[in-house]
Amino acid sequence: MALQDKYKELIDAAKSSGTTNLQVAEQDGVLHIDGEAPSGAVKDQLWDIYGKIDPNFLAGDVVMNINVATAVAGAKLTVTTDSTNLNIRKGPGTDQPIVGKAAHNEVVSLISKQSDQWWLIRTDGGAEGYAYAQYLTPVE
Amino acid sequence: MTMKMKHLTSLALAAGLMFMISCKSKPKDADIKAAVVAALQSSPGVSADVKDGVVTLTGAVANEADKDAAENTAKVTAGVKSVVDNITVTPPPPPPPAAPVATADDALKTSVADIVKDFPGITADVKDGVITITGEAKADRWKKLKMALDALKPKKVDASGLKVK
Repeated sequence: MALQDKYKELIDAAKSSGTTNLQVAEQDGVLHIDGEAPSGAVKDQLWDIYGKIDPNFLAGDVVMNINVATAVAGAKLTVTTDSTNLNIRKGPGTDQPIVGKAAHNEVVSLISKQSDQWWLIRTDGGAEGYAYAQYLTPVE
Repeated sequence: MTMKMKHLTSLALAAGLMFMISCKSKPKDADIKAAVVAALQSSPGVSADVKDGVVTLTGAVANEADKDAAENTAKVTAGVKSVVDNITVTPPPPPPPAAPVATADDALKTSVADIVKDFPGITADVKDGVITITGEAKADRWKKLKMALDALKPKKVDASGLKVK
């Protein structure tokens, strides 16, 4: 319970911000926080609070997996790479052939989620395939 | 004479019928209770008591639908005048939250390699569901990496060997 006390502000913020399917569980000295934030802004806010309690996330006592609820089929996503193009692949995996590219800051459509990591997307140019979810942010 | 006999017979029949009807309209509470209890076999946890044809239902069920079902069952039982439904609804306790399931090492290793390749200067190792990060990174880059790694549902992300610039 000590970890839940340490991260009380974070857990309280997750609860009060309308994060759904929230699960907070401590296992082997690590606090696992899972949930679905109502928006990307809420997700960012939760990560900011986490970073305030544990500067630079170096303590290693939290694993926080917050998805954004607006990332549903049909949603528009912005390509949030640092500056490069995002590879669109034939299948979910970096070993899969590249079938297209989406430019940095381009807006694409989410078709479905193959997993938390690989999402099936379509660009306005018609390229369709799997891209890494880490570089896709729902448009709000 | 025959006419008189017939008249008498029908009179007797009518009297008998009257008797039967009056009997039927006033069944004994015990009989009603037995019928209600039998009809309530499908509603465990509900018990019934009968007084002057009025059934009182007590007990606890899991949801509103079961409560309504028991009440309706009692209502349609022969001889029941009315039903007092004192059944309480107590939903079963929610199942305890499942323990977080960590991703298996092989799947985790592949996913970690996919992510870390975009973060030069950082090396990642995976063992028993724990991701160990070493190297150097700027604070904002490390935050991005940590967010991506946490989404893989590891047991732990050990960054004690990481230098944040």
